[in-house]
Amino acid sequence: MGAQLRALWGWFDARMPSVAEQWKIHAANYYAPKNFNFWYFFGALSMLVLGIQIVSGIFLTMNYKPDASLAFGSVEYIMRDVPGGWLLRYIHSTGASAFFVVVYLHMFRGLLYGSYKQPRELVWIFGVLIYLTLMGEAFFGYLLPWGQMSYWGAQVIVNLFGTVPLIGPDLALWIRGDYVVSDATLNRFFALHVIAFPLVLLGLVVAHILALHDVGSNNPDGIEIKKTKGPDGHPLDGIPFHPYYTVKDLMGAVLFLAIFCFIMFFVPEVGGYFLEYNNFIPADPLKTPEHIAPVWYFTPFYSILRAVPPLFNSQFPGVMAMGIATMILFFLPWLDRSPVKSIRYRGVLYKSWLAAFVVVFLILGYLGTENTNVWGQFGFDAFFLDTKDIATWAARVCTLVYFLFFFLMPWYTARDKVLPVPERVTS
Amino acid sequence: MNEQEKLDKTRRNLIVATSAVGAVAGLGAAVPFVASMWPSERARAAGAPVEVDISRMAPGDLAVVEWRGKPVWVIRRTQEMLASLKAVEARLSDPASKSSEQPKYAENEYRSAKPEFMVMEGVCTHLGCSPQMKPADAKGEMGGDWVGGFYCPCHGSKFDLAGRVFRGAPAPLNLKVPPYEFITDGTLVIGEDKEKKGA
Repeated sequence: MGAQLRALWGWFDARMPSVAEQWKIHAANYYAPKNFNFWYFFGALSMLVLGIQIVSGIFLTMNYKPDASLAFGSVEYIMRDVPGGWLLRYIHSTGASAFFVVVYLHMFRGLLYGSYKQPRELVWIFGVLIYLTLMGEAFFGYLLPWGQMSYWGAQVIVNLFGTVPLIGPDLALWIRGDYVVSDATLNRFFALHVIAFPLVLLGLVVAHILALHDVGSNNPDGIEIKKTKGPDGHPLDGIPFHPYYTVKDLMGAVLFLAIFCFIMFFVPEVGGYFLEYNNFIPADPLKTPEHIAPVWYFTPFYSILRAVPPLFNSQFPGVMAMGIATMILFFLPWLDRSPVKSIRYRGVLYKSWLAAFVVVFLILGYLGTENTNVWGQFGFDAFFLDTKDIATWAARVCTLVYFLFFFLMPWYTARDKVLPVPERVTS
Repeated sequence: MNEQEKLDKTRRNLIVATSAVGAVAGLGAAVPFVASMWPSERARAAGAPVEVDISRMAPGDLAVVEWRGKPVWVIRRTQEMLASLKAVEARLSDPASKSSEQPKYAENEYRSAKPEFMVMEGVCTHLGCSPQMKPADAKGEMGGDWVGGFYCPCHGSKFDLAGRVFRGAPAPLNLKVPPYEFITDGTLVIGEDKEKKGA
């Protein structure tokens, strides 16, 4: 039997040797730094979640109806009547939030260890493109249950495009395919969610990994392991991705899935953060819900949008601020002038700014889930107080810090007192 | 050698020209796909005017009517409500509605053809949510100086009873007033007026 299998493989390999070749390039002979830590789980986990979303999504489409009069009912049908349908839907809804959890942690890893710096700029750019595509994918998917939050969330986001000077109103009309969010909008969002964006996402993931494997992985010390090679031509500080990291990532996947399953089985709504309660009410175009907020992964940017007051009778500045807040990520490799990559060898300036950035990102995220009057109002009046809501002013300060982290980066990273970087990895 | 180079150049130019023509054809092929995303003929036809019976509205009432898929409010304003419009003027972004959209007959201090009846689109000029009516007695929630008006739950914009936006709100403009006319004392048509009919 063994000999026969080997013969079969030999037959296959003789006809399509690139399979074995690719396996060697990307797994068996791909040398990754030996000092990967906890933060290095999230790339592989993102791919795992992508797989989970694609599989659960395929099975959801078998019962879902992309029609404004049937959509909400078909989701209830999936939840109540389709065998295991509730499980499929909770897998998909938990997966959506889990996707952003692992992607945010994966991006933060890049900030910690300077993984975006030369020569990995393209890896980073493909990563940011994946992040933006994922935001689009999540937004399109959120309309599909056709609940109140679906409807009004889509209304707000599509109108963001309507604020673009000159072409805005026509652009919004073209996106919706109607004068309001309607059946036409639902139908096209379905098409974009189940086929167009997933295809783009898969292509970008391939590009992200190819770009990474061409230059090699960064590591917590931020040094290039390819500089110190052994007599066999392999980096002394590197170990083959397979079996070392396939096994390690598998362990990470087990832990991750345990948490995933706990949420999915016991608290799939996560107190309204993963599934918003208002979305259990069918969409009503004539009535906006009392409290409207996007799902948690969009709230930092939503806070930035709300924080910027209108200028020259236009909401466009707020929309611009939100757009720049995401687009600025593309420029990170060139904004960072530090001679070192890893936080381990950076000075107090970068460490403080990164800490401030994380804090304001979390505060903005929290404020985005609440009304602007959540922290009460100032008790005094002043000419510059266009609004007395304390939370709006807090969001403005946080927005400022968010942008200063990026805009001042060329200055503080160049001035920072860095530590000497070792030749070899340390742990 | 010289002839060889010349020959290559001709071929190169032909390749460039062919590719350029091919690219134009490619762009042309994209047109029907992009065009298919515009509103369909059926969606365009659905924007007809609607009639509202206002004879049974009590003073202070709010009626919500659907027109072109959007909520349109009809409010029968009381004397106190009309008086409140003057009181809040100093706190508004555009008290005279100079930058805001309304038909000619609504370009006055009440923003309406008949002071008693306010007609406006219940769509926030910020990002299109529908604000909610908060009467004058909602002071606890809206602040001590609240005299009645509308509050947008999405981003906190506040409007007075003529749809004029308060300063400090993300909404840049007053709520839109759609074209409308009273065909009898008790019937209002939204989406159509004398100016439009005449045109």
